[in-house]
Amino acid sequence: MTGALSDKAAEAWPTEASVADDVLVRVDNLVKYFPVRGNGLVRRTVANVQAVDGVSLTIPRGKTLGLVGETGCGKSTLARCIAGLIPATSGKVYFEGKDITNLRRRAMQPFRREIQMIFQDPYGSLNPRRRVGAIIGDPFAVHKTASGNERKRAVQDLMERVGLNPEHFNRYPAEFSGGQRQRIGVARALALRPKLIICDEPVSALDVSIQAQVLNLLADLQADFGLSYLFIAHDLEVVRHVSDSVMVMYLGRVAESGSGGQVYTKPRHPYTNALLSAAPAADPDAAAARRRIILTGDVPSPIHPPSGCRFHPRCPKAQELCSEQEPPLEAKAGDPPAHLTACHFPVETGENLADAVSRRAR
Amino acid sequence: MSVTEIQFQTKGMESAPVQVIEGRSQWQLTWRRLRHDKMAIASIIVILLVCAAALIAPLVATWTGHPPNQPFPNTGTNAFGNPVGPGTHHFLLGTDNLGRDLLVRILYGARISLFVGLLTTAIAAVGGVSIGLVAGYFGGLIDTLLARFVDAVLSFPVIVTALALAAVFGASLQIVIGVIAFFSWAGIARIVRGQTLSLKEKEYIEAARSIGANPWRIMFVDILPNLLGPVLVLATLYIPTAVSFEATLSFLGIGIPLPTASWGNILNVANDYYQVAWWYVVFPAAALLMTTLAFNLLGDGIRDAMDPRTERIFAGSQAKRGRRRRTVSPEIAVAAEGS
Amino acid sequence: MSLLEVTDLRVSFPTADGVVQAVRGVSFAVEPGQTLGIVGESGSGKTVLTQTLLGLTPGGQVSGTALFNGVNLVDVPHQQMERIRGAEISVIFQDPLTSLHPMYKVGWQISEMIRAHDKSVSKAQATDRAVELLGFVGIPRPRERVHDYPHQFSGGMRQRVMIAMAISLNPKLIIADEPTTALDATVQAQILDLLLRLQQDSDTALLMITHDLGVVADIADEVMVMYAGRAAEKASKRDIFYDEHHPYTKGLLESIPHSSAAGERLIPITGQPPSLINLPSGCKFHPRCAYVMDRCIDEEPALHAVGDAGAHRSACWLPAAALGSGAAAEDLRKRTVEEGRGAGAARVARTIAAAPEAEGSVIA
Repeated sequence: MTGALSDKAAEAWPTEASVADDVLVRVDNLVKYFPVRGNGLVRRTVANVQAVDGVSLTIPRGKTLGLVGETGCGKSTLARCIAGLIPATSGKVYFEGKDITNLRRRAMQPFRREIQMIFQDPYGSLNPRRRVGAIIGDPFAVHKTASGNERKRAVQDLMERVGLNPEHFNRYPAEFSGGQRQRIGVARALALRPKLIICDEPVSALDVSIQAQVLNLLADLQADFGLSYLFIAHDLEVVRHVSDSVMVMYLGRVAESGSGGQVYTKPRHPYTNALLSAAPAADPDAAAARRRIILTGDVPSPIHPPSGCRFHPRCPKAQELCSEQEPPLEAKAGDPPAHLTACHFPVETGENLADAVSRRAR
Repeated sequence: MSVTEIQFQTKGMESAPVQVIEGRSQWQLTWRRLRHDKMAIASIIVILLVCAAALIAPLVATWTGHPPNQPFPNTGTNAFGNPVGPGTHHFLLGTDNLGRDLLVRILYGARISLFVGLLTTAIAAVGGVSIGLVAGYFGGLIDTLLARFVDAVLSFPVIVTALALAAVFGASLQIVIGVIAFFSWAGIARIVRGQTLSLKEKEYIEAARSIGANPWRIMFVDILPNLLGPVLVLATLYIPTAVSFEATLSFLGIGIPLPTASWGNILNVANDYYQVAWWYVVFPAAALLMTTLAFNLLGDGIRDAMDPRTERIFAGSQAKRGRRRRTVSPEIAVAAEGS
Repeated sequence: MSLLEVTDLRVSFPTADGVVQAVRGVSFAVEPGQTLGIVGESGSGKTVLTQTLLGLTPGGQVSGTALFNGVNLVDVPHQQMERIRGAEISVIFQDPLTSLHPMYKVGWQISEMIRAHDKSVSKAQATDRAVELLGFVGIPRPRERVHDYPHQFSGGMRQRVMIAMAISLNPKLIIADEPTTALDATVQAQILDLLLRLQQDSDTALLMITHDLGVVADIADEVMVMYAGRAAEKASKRDIFYDEHHPYTKGLLESIPHSSAAGERLIPITGQPPSLINLPSGCKFHPRCAYVMDRCIDEEPALHAVGDAGAHRSACWLPAAALGSGAAAEDLRKRTVEEGRGAGAARVARTIAAAPEAEGSVIA
């Protein structure tokens, strides 16, 4: 069949650049604003919650990208845009080279088999009125890949895989503990053998001893099935443990990104430094030796983000330039090319930000 | 064998659930709680009696020899042409103004009441749930249109409409059912829409979307099961409304036409005879009252049984000895388990 | 004399499914100016414990004593409890959004609390004190913010308001129930810093309940690890982290990802916490314990001294000298387990090993 491809099809055709053999997901300058509507009869948009303001990332096949940040940094919104649950305001999401940004439901359907999600709340992410077997079997039903006994076998297989007793097929979620429910969520996500699983704070709501179980499970599944993870968490130690590369977000933008080792051993962004120093470490000697970088103030509202570098009002190193110009995300002098920082005055080796904080306080 | 070893007979310790409760669905739990509610059990018994009454109506008619619509002017009315009282001439509850057996007519009236009550509620429930679900889930323009329509229906003057329809088409059973069903679904729709709006935001709905489920599947497979509880309560409370609605319409003369017996139209005529025939008013009114009360109490009971917050927690021995039950807030007991 | 001395506290709740034994004999002491960290997960009973100390468990059967300055909190009359609460013992809860009244201004809530305990204080004086407190806890522009409602503050700020309320009457003891769990890491650092400062300034004792060992490593002096309604181990902070004795404590420490073990597998504790209605026999931890022995299935160990100083106590049948994660201690444990493990315990151990998440932490 000859003839030029329609524009839309041409766009969806993988370009050479985007089909490096090992890049599964590529996000280009994603922006998501939530409009805030006024109270008048017409309800015009008076402002925007700038949840995600220009984020780019790649997730290689079989690897884990850890997304770290505090409340309001936009990591959950970003994840949902990638999963197609929320339409993006602008920017692009490519999956295996194909453009999946804002696809309509029917067009997105085949991609839903490849991209799955695990949610934070083990109590809210399972329908309390449905049996666990039905919940895990949902993907098979929706995509019509297995039915009847075949589906039941597949579901029980999955249950065993994630460490649940397959005989509990007919139980309701209320009869399982938090950790077990999270496993049910994992089983559901795994059903159609996806390539990417987006984990939105999967262990934050679990007890410490159970967290380790679920993290190990996720690691095993990644090894067995070649899964890629987009792992979102606020606990730095957890992220470091699971991630190959890490991205630190602040107020809708990327503050720093790089491999786990790069970001954790030589953090260049002052915010990353503050985060790392604030993370509680289960080691009294280390805790005592560390000098905390205590940031002033709270995270500002994403409706009216600060000008220039969004971190500048709280940054111990901020200078005039920081409030005027947004720093570009680039590799700083002396850093490997994969280690990117968005800062005009990155932290140098040996520099102690805690000193800068106390200087500022005076 | 220690208790622990018995526990370990099951396949893997991992699978032992934290809670001891095994395999109970929402309905089983509700029924368990309902069983202990005396009022609810009494209501269920009354309702069953009413159903039985409706079923055995023809038998009673044969047994007494008094068909429901047949007047017995000789034995059934006294010298002044007025109804005779209970006990006379095998009229167990007396007669009406035409000498018809009141008991039989009341039993046949039960058929009408139950038929109208259950059918209209069923129609209203199906219609109301469907529209409420669609409006709540899709939101936007669809929701606005449907919600405004619901509001319009709710603000309609019902009696006036019924009067108008009866005037044009003549009063009949179909009109009654149609009118009641049409004006009942809107209330259910509004409540279902509200529930759907809040359920839509739950994380498991988001999970369903992330799997790729289409909106219809989400509505009927995921949201609807969570609605069934409140809808059941609502429906149980709507039945008495429908029953007394029918009675009202019949009482006003625009409902079930005579000679078919309905509690409402019996009372319509009884209105003129209450001074000379108290039974003519009391028995049909009592039947109506009992039925509507029973459904109302049952609806309340189901609602309480479904809502775990009102659960009364009692120690087994204390309950047996009939001691005053102390309510321990379930939050504390749950907190004890969960922290 | 200790500020708070709890002896054999037991709390249970009768429910339709059986009796929930939330707290099964807990004893501890808090000294003035000290911080005791109580660590536990779901089902450990830590929240019920603190609620009971404050008299907030209606319907529970409570026994034991909790002496606070000579007053037994367990059976103190209602009115006296209300006087103690706020003035001598105050509380900081986990979620400030639900603990602060949403419809009253923050300054009003603080000043009301002050005036409720001391009628002689005027409204103006109380408001001034509220402003002073808000400033002390680090809320900027306190004079303006004192007229704001709780929802106008961010999470971290709300928690500071709670702390301001908690210290307004200069209590001797502050009970903090997971005060930073809902907060971001940087905000958590600020709050912990504030609490430390408070302690140093006013010599307030702090009873900190948390599941986060990192928080405990930071600010606690003494630590009590709770499991299934009882203390598993009680020791100074350094002893708990570097010379732990109880396998549960050990398991907790090993299951936390921390810098030295990046990329390696975590060693979780298999299974999940037991139901408080149907507790296992003997030691409640034995179904999950890598070192389970026959004795553990039958007898529940009491809290007894381990290590050198008498302050380190652990409820475990392993030898008292087996402390920490060094090779010698591990060796000692192995030998003890080999001797003490018969058919019964071996079966339990096999079940643990068979669990999908077992990590080779079992001694076969």
